[in-house]
Amino acid sequence: MAVATAPSALLDRPSSIDVAVIDTDIHITFPSPDVLTNYLAPEWREHHRTFGMRGHQGSHYPRAMPNAARHDSWPAAGGPPGSNLGFVQEQLLDGWNIEYGILNPLVGVGEQRNLAYGAALARAVNEWQLHDWVEPEARLRASVVVPWEDGELAAAEIDHWGGHSAFVQALLIIRTKEPLGRRKYWKMYEAAERNNLPIGIHFGGAGGGPITGAGWPSHYIEDHGGMPQAFQAQVISLIYEGVFERFPGLQIVLIEGGFAWIPPMLWRMDAAWRKLGAETPYLKRPPSEVFREHFWVSTQPMEEPLQREYFRQLLDQLAMDDRLLFATDYPHWDFDAPDQAFPIALDPVRKRNFMAENARRLYGLP
Amino acid sequence: MAKHIVARVDEIPPGERKIVEIGGRTIGVFNVNGSFYALRNRCPHQGGPLCQGRVSGFLMATKPGGEYTYTRRGEILRCPWHGWEFDITTGQSWFDPAKTRVRAYEVHVEGLPMPEEMGKLLPGPYTAETYEVSVDDQQFVVVEVP
Repeated sequence: MAVATAPSALLDRPSSIDVAVIDTDIHITFPSPDVLTNYLAPEWREHHRTFGMRGHQGSHYPRAMPNAARHDSWPAAGGPPGSNLGFVQEQLLDGWNIEYGILNPLVGVGEQRNLAYGAALARAVNEWQLHDWVEPEARLRASVVVPWEDGELAAAEIDHWGGHSAFVQALLIIRTKEPLGRRKYWKMYEAAERNNLPIGIHFGGAGGGPITGAGWPSHYIEDHGGMPQAFQAQVISLIYEGVFERFPGLQIVLIEGGFAWIPPMLWRMDAAWRKLGAETPYLKRPPSEVFREHFWVSTQPMEEPLQREYFRQLLDQLAMDDRLLFATDYPHWDFDAPDQAFPIALDPVRKRNFMAENARRLYGLP
Repeated sequence: MAKHIVARVDEIPPGERKIVEIGGRTIGVFNVNGSFYALRNRCPHQGGPLCQGRVSGFLMATKPGGEYTYTRRGEILRCPWHGWEFDITTGQSWFDPAKTRVRAYEVHVEGLPMPEEMGKLLPGPYTAETYEVSVDDQQFVVVEVP
């Protein structure tokens, strides 16, 4: 009788993807809180050790999975998921043959109550991304984390990194303190436009307000399943406040917010603009037109319609074949596998564009 | 069917598992309350390494505001990626009909016995690949692979 052996690979199957893959949403974190101390400006190290980070932590729901991560993403060498470059290379970049990956560290920088400390943290996190991740791994690019609740501080951080090829966008979180169209954020948009950097806005966070327009829900599933309402609020604000009339070069990437809700919301926004547009006379074009010129959308978590064929209709209604971006969300538990994410077989043009070419154009990758 | 020795019996105590490779497939062998079961280490949903998932039971509730009960402790495997739940003893995935639109999932697996406490659930769309497991001379756990 044969004796079974130990597994030789992480997965029981090889990836069957046959086009280039650019992963537009990878999450890295610190192996330990001490790592940041080395990158913090000396005047903030004592504060970092003594007080640490203070945001709106009470706003977060306990996750179904520790660290909201895949159970198989904890590095054998220790540390949390996404903290070990070698294991990210093995499990994600090599495992799925990813050509480029965009780092989106969700580390609470922009939510700091102490804005000056938040700005110092942002600089430290960006230095850490550069030196510990992008410099040793040529397939990775970073996002400039910014203290977004202060437009001028955020603008300064964007200006600092704007000319550096390691950084391909600025990064916000969807649950901000105020709707993002408000003028307090405009300096940040001005800087992004000046530096030709898109602004990515990622799922989650805690700006202090509830996820709904109707108070605090009970469960994580309501927070997770209901996240598109935060994305909708931001799109509505950015467009109706006239941000894109003011900053015509600004590009926004909606990350992990879903996309099935977009077509009907744009219908409604256009209808409202036709009837109520006198209130916002600077808005000269239908909101749907503005959206399709200024927004990009990531695919994860993939929409899973009850009938697969609805997905094709959705793509037609969305009419953004040139702006949909594949993402895995590694190492989070709702990871999308590159070869199994789409519920329908895509035609070759759509497949190439969604999996890599749209992201290559957006982020100016070789 | 080829038989493969995967472990000594005492290597996999109740509640534990061992993942092995047999002929290019990775297979998880589980001890549930003294009985052994084997599943393919590949989730039928998106191909995740199913057998590395957490083992749990089902938290059940007949209605909102009613009582919660916990059942089948140690018999349910949750995929480490998306948390899909599988019955370790049969490979069947299960849904709570109160949480899903039932008619969308018309996939049924013939011939699987439905335990009584599962009466409130409906079979899900997936079945993980399972294998015959036996214990040889009270010493070795043996998996039969077609």
